[in-house]
Amino acid sequence: MTNAWTDIKNTDLVVVMGGNAAEAHPCGFKWVTEAKAHRGAKLIVVDPRYTRTASVSDYYAPIRQGTDIAFLNGVMKYCIDNGKVQWEYMKAFTNASFIVKDGFGYKDGLFTGYDEEKRDYDKSTWDYVLGDDGFAVTDPTLEHPRCVWNLLKEHLAPYTPELVEQVCGTPKEKFLKVAEMISECSTPTKTMTSMYALGWTQHSKGSQNIRAMAMLQLILGNIGVRGGGMNALRGHSNIQGLTDLGLMSHLLTGYLTMPTEKDTDFDTYMSTRQFKPLRPGQTSYWQNYKKFMVSFQKAMWGDAATAENGWAFNYIPKLDVPAYDVLRMFELMNSGKVNGYICQGFNPILAFPNRAKITSSLSKLKFMVTMDPLETETSRFWENHGDFNDVDTASINTEVFQLPTTCFAEEDGSLTNSGRWLQWHWQASSPPGEAKHDSWIIAQLFLRMRELYRKEGGAFPDPILNLSWNYEDENEPTAEELAKEINGRALSDLMDPTDPSKVLVAAGKQVVNFSQLRDDGSTMAGCWVYSGCWNEQGNNMGRRDNHDPDDTGAYLGWTFAWPLNRRTLYNRASADINGKPWDPTRKLLEWDGSKWTGYDVPDIAPTAKPQDVGPFIMNQEGVSRLFARGMMRDGPFPAHMEPFESPVENVFNRKMRGNPVARVFASDAAQLGTSAEFPYAATSYRLTEHFHYWTKHNRVNSALQPEFFVEISEELAAEKKIEHGGWVRVWSKRGSVKAKAVVTKRIRPLICDGKPVHIVGIPLHWGFTGSAKKGFGPNSLAAFVGDANIETPESKAFLVNIEPSTAPKDKEASV
Amino acid sequence: MKLAGAGVAATSMGALGFSEAEAAEIAHVRPFKLATTTETRQTCPYCSVACGIIIYSKGDVRKGGNAEVVHIEGDVDHPTNRGTLCPKGAALKDFVKSPTRLLYPMHRKPGSDKFERMSWDEALDRIARLMKDDRDANFLAKNEKGLDVNRWTTTGMLAASATSNETAWATFKFAKSIGIVGFDNQARV
Ligand code: SF4
Repeated sequence: MTNAWTDIKNTDLVVVMGGNAAEAHPCGFKWVTEAKAHRGAKLIVVDPRYTRTASVSDYYAPIRQGTDIAFLNGVMKYCIDNGKVQWEYMKAFTNASFIVKDGFGYKDGLFTGYDEEKRDYDKSTWDYVLGDDGFAVTDPTLEHPRCVWNLLKEHLAPYTPELVEQVCGTPKEKFLKVAEMISECSTPTKTMTSMYALGWTQHSKGSQNIRAMAMLQLILGNIGVRGGGMNALRGHSNIQGLTDLGLMSHLLTGYLTMPTEKDTDFDTYMSTRQFKPLRPGQTSYWQNYKKFMVSFQKAMWGDAATAENGWAFNYIPKLDVPAYDVLRMFELMNSGKVNGYICQGFNPILAFPNRAKITSSLSKLKFMVTMDPLETETSRFWENHGDFNDVDTASINTEVFQLPTTCFAEEDGSLTNSGRWLQWHWQASSPPGEAKHDSWIIAQLFLRMRELYRKEGGAFPDPILNLSWNYEDENEPTAEELAKEINGRALSDLMDPTDPSKVLVAAGKQVVNFSQLRDDGSTMAGCWVYSGCWNEQGNNMGRRDNHDPDDTGAYLGWTFAWPLNRRTLYNRASADINGKPWDPTRKLLEWDGSKWTGYDVPDIAPTAKPQDVGPFIMNQEGVSRLFARGMMRDGPFPAHMEPFESPVENVFNRKMRGNPVARVFASDAAQLGTSAEFPYAATSYRLTEHFHYWTKHNRVNSALQPEFFVEISEELAAEKKIEHGGWVRVWSKRGSVKAKAVVTKRIRPLICDGKPVHIVGIPLHWGFTGSAKKGFGPNSLAAFVGDANIETPESKAFLVNIEPSTAPKDKEASV
Repeated sequence: MKLAGAGVAATSMGALGFSEAEAAEIAHVRPFKLATTTETRQTCPYCSVACGIIIYSKGDVRKGGNAEVVHIEGDVDHPTNRGTLCPKGAALKDFVKSPTRLLYPMHRKPGSDKFERMSWDEALDRIARLMKDDRDANFLAKNEKGLDVNRWTTTGMLAASATSNETAWATFKFAKSIGIVGFDNQARV
């Protein structure tokens, strides 16, 4: 989230699209209710189902899953055509005026440079024209035919209300009503917030869904302001934290990136990462990359990381592919190329698409380790449960270790919420049985491996032998010790750059925040964006001052938000080019003639002059990007693409399937179904009574929602002779499940491209362990294909068939 | 953390002039369950709203003893949820006390149809051995151009996005230093 949960009360319009906050994030959604009750805010819901969020909305419009880009591009076009643009903001704070290279264009659903063989674009034309001074050429009048603004208008031209209706199935008048309500937020004193979740990410073009809304928000001037923003409602309690800390194949901590084979040494690695400003006087904050990278390497390898050895750059693995993401790993596993796998608090056989492939892959492992406080289907994937897990146990030769871990109540530490607040929690109870902290288990595995390498030697032991592991009890690093390491400290006295006789931070002391990190090896910090979380003031994540001066919703004294305790990202954009708040009643920051003052920590140097320095300091341009240059694999503008399994063809290019640059493994391509065989458009979602596959272990939640079901419309039920409460079989090209049918008015057939499209809704909470009745998940059916940029599986849009059926059989019943 | 007191009701009753019979009646009233419990500030581990909660336990782990959760409720001081919880958070005690909580390391032999108990030492030694053998056999130190790549692709790891940042940092150090590249968390899916 760019903003905080508590900031939502400041909004005038909430758009919930690609999410269902009332059910999936109930206590955060209360701030929407607050805005409605006390500010008169309105709520729009756009969703294939009439969700419980929709039931309290002011306006609901249906949409076919996987067509959000067409809808949002349509809204952008409506706003521009009707002059509903926050002109001053758009001109000053976006790259609308930047001139794009000749040659860039879009035709038949494809951008310039498409290579069908490689399923990739040559992106050389997707860039700015650079002047002799090395800076991007701009035309502030927006008259140049090749400026971003004019290219954007051209790109959006086909997205008429008629096209939106044809593609999305949203009746034209409903679309127009939504577009009109949104367009009203183009004035500087009206703000809209976007709340989205996996309904936007789980698509083969998920990143572009989000981009489309971000662009709309920029055109309306709603980024960086109170009650605005792009608010990704993260699924798990610390998915934000684990991503910030770089627990992903392509990342290091704090959004530093893993080196690739092209990065032959440290200097080569750095040469593509210290981004020079593209406009005069801009901050381009990543120019500090080296300070954060060197401090990270010192945190990892201490004295073994020296200037001479490129700070132990050699120790970091180098990627030969963009990422060994989960889809790639299971593809490798299924072809026999993976031997061991550790699942810490993760249940792949219910979480990843094409369950049959996941089970087959796990069956090919030599060993698998699970770490969890609860039973999981994954740790028992080899166990036969009749229809619910139909495996041949004796033929599965995977050795399995099921390690019991503590749960939240039994440990100290911090979790990062969706609004980037790092909140500390304290241990309240003793672990049951022999359950152990994850950090103890990890320490044990590390120490045992290190010991083996010490004794026996082996493949490149250096990064293991030299890993910094200086804890009071090396068997169990404490949360406090680890948090301090994440924050960082001085390794030698840090002298004041303005007065070299003064010690700024003495050796061994915590740095105050990342502004004190250096690139000469004199500082260390595990994760620069978190620096400030535990400095010499103590544990800032444990702060509990809930005062909120003038009720802005900022709560600066409550825990710690990254970066630098900032609550709203890009908050400098809440004021105009002269530093005056767009809306004085919703001031965040103001330029007082010499510095920025206000309710939040400024997202800009405190003395950076408003006319000179742009608000988007992480970008080389200093402004935000309506045109993404070559940074997205599937285009600098969002363009409509169908899901890989779609009930209709792409109206821009009837031969094109899915995202033209998304990676599809050959065996998965063979398992994609067509609408002739599988006529119904399925989607997956959560229910408010359950959290993924955990709460089915709780008796209360299992009593509230005991049994797996699928939702269909009355029309489809009549057509297929399916009764409400009767058993149905739902199957795709990849698997089959049995469920109770819920026949509902909440789902209605849509007319898309001239034909009716029926939607089948599949919730995701059931398996074969726990207190609830045994059941299935949508992942048995979903396709094994991911987003072109980040490889998030397309779990929100796939094709199925459905028929009346009988109850599934458990093992006992079948023997 | 503080100890919640329960003395207030009885004393104020006396002050209001209640008779002996009423005092005897009061003595029969079951004492409040939450009296003499330890209060701990915590966060709901489910969704990213991260509602503040208070866990009431019998016993106090800070004092070296055992502690057992007796009640969980919303934290009224928390700015986001202000004491409210959703149907998931309200039933959190059921998760802590679930009958399917895991208690012991378990081991399944290849081809077997059951889990069998194993000691921590035996399990950890065996996993470390399996990992080292696989790493030594399949670690790719150099690519075909002779460049150092230090990749280990034949063992992978998924990290839990319900663990703390501190656990995550320890996990990161372990996984990346041994060369695991097939490393993701729930953010990927
Ligand atoms: S109580 Fe409900 S809304 Fe609050 S964090 Fe837990 S799951 Fe989310």
